[in-house]
Amino acid sequence: MKNFRLSPMIYLLVVLIILAACVPAAPANKDLILATTTSTQDSGLLDELVPAFQEETGYLIKTVAVGTGEALEMGKQGNADVLLVHAPASEKELMAEGSGAERLLVMHNDFIIVGSPDDPAGIKGSPTAVEAFQKIAEAQAPFISRGDDSGTHKMELAIWKKAGVTPEGDWYQESGQGMGATLKIASEKNAYTLTDRATYLANKDTLALDILVEGDKGLLNVYHVIVVNPDKHPKVNIEGARAFAAFLTSKAGQAMIGEFGKEKFGQPLFFPDADKTDADLGLE
Amino acid sequence: MELIWEGILEAIRLLLSGDPEVWQITFLSIGISGIATLLSVVIGLPLGTWLALGKLKGRGCFLSVINTGMALPPVVVGLWVSIFLWRSGPLGDLHLIYTPAAIVIAQLIIAAPLMIGLTVTSLQQLNPNLQLQLLGLGASRRQLILALWREARLPLLAALMAAFGSVISEVGASMMVGGNIRGQTRVLTTAIVLETGKGQFATAIALGFILMLLAYLVNLFFTTVQQRGASQKVS
Repeated sequence: MKNFRLSPMIYLLVVLIILAACVPAAPANKDLILATTTSTQDSGLLDELVPAFQEETGYLIKTVAVGTGEALEMGKQGNADVLLVHAPASEKELMAEGSGAERLLVMHNDFIIVGSPDDPAGIKGSPTAVEAFQKIAEAQAPFISRGDDSGTHKMELAIWKKAGVTPEGDWYQESGQGMGATLKIASEKNAYTLTDRATYLANKDTLALDILVEGDKGLLNVYHVIVVNPDKHPKVNIEGARAFAAFLTSKAGQAMIGEFGKEKFGQPLFFPDADKTDADLGLE
Repeated sequence: MELIWEGILEAIRLLLSGDPEVWQITFLSIGISGIATLLSVVIGLPLGTWLALGKLKGRGCFLSVINTGMALPPVVVGLWVSIFLWRSGPLGDLHLIYTPAAIVIAQLIIAAPLMIGLTVTSLQQLNPNLQLQLLGLGASRRQLILALWREARLPLLAALMAAFGSVISEVGASMMVGGNIRGQTRVLTTAIVLETGKGQFATAIALGFILMLLAYLVNLFFTTVQQRGASQKVS
């Protein structure tokens, strides 16, 4: 039984590992599930906001970073307590359907169109994103779409619609991945893509991509926080969700958002908007 | 090429600096996959033994299902475990989703068919006369099974290594049921996906090296045990 003599040691090892791996237990109502988009996590913003909130309030946030489509669906199913998302049209559907109790404006950054510096479709300096997309379609220049139902993907589809183009053909490719990975693919394939500024700046050093179109009002990327409705989904931690929404829109939360990234990138990645209305940002 | 060097240097730096987050992620990975593998042995060894030695009808049918289970894609397991553990799911009240326990469950489902299937194969490749001989010598059922396990210890350890290897390297299920939550359910593989997504390739490569090093050390340990067994068998 030589082999089995080892077992007490293995058991001891496993018990030690369990102890090491255990998360400090918190009361059930302290747990708060935040469903958000990969862009807020990949940029590093949440790594600053979440610890500050936890310290202030004692809640324990489980941040699940997924595509906006999945985040919204988690809200609709009551599988998350609070959402931080950027797809205004779909958010309104969720509110109309009754899954959201509260929806507050938090911040924005903007989308930009990036592409290889030699710009085969000649879109550099186009005044609007719609015009740039039309040029890309005419030239049949390669374009990488997220294709993952994310907020960025929804924005891209809205622009194609406004441009009156049905994007299909060899030149139009879907990566099905997050923004960082999609930028890398666009860079490798000398293709155009639509990206949020934050992810682009965070990855700029590894990419052969330039900003070609920016500053169009239609390219604002607006984030709202949504508290999931406890009337519809009784298991929602409503106090925690409200506290997180209040924190994001508080003076301290807004200041953190405005300062984030200034040191590292020389410019802010997000602009706090809690004191504005949707209309100020060009949303209906 | 520069990137590869950067990755190697970053790996050495991360290991030497004792970055607490890296250690926490590494220990969590070992803990989760270790427990999942252990549970798969607890379930798979008796069940596989019963399937191999028991006199049951439709063994082929059972075995083909188990063997198909060996090819279960982790994301499919992750999806189903999520559906059950989400608040809207039948087991939602257990509050297990996005906890290390959820990952253990998913990895157990991935590892168990491997353990069961390979146990069956290990025992069936023994000389059938051995069983008769042992019974003839008056062995009890318990003694018989222990003797057969001892005889098949080399392939059984190989099964254990295969099960551990499949779960420590798995990412799809850990991502879905764990949520890749920093400090809670972030394991090596999901951290690699995250760092790649962020464009931090050097860190991702470094975490990959740590994962491989870990897998190597665990396998080195079991292989040493296994080969010691092998040399005894010859002598």
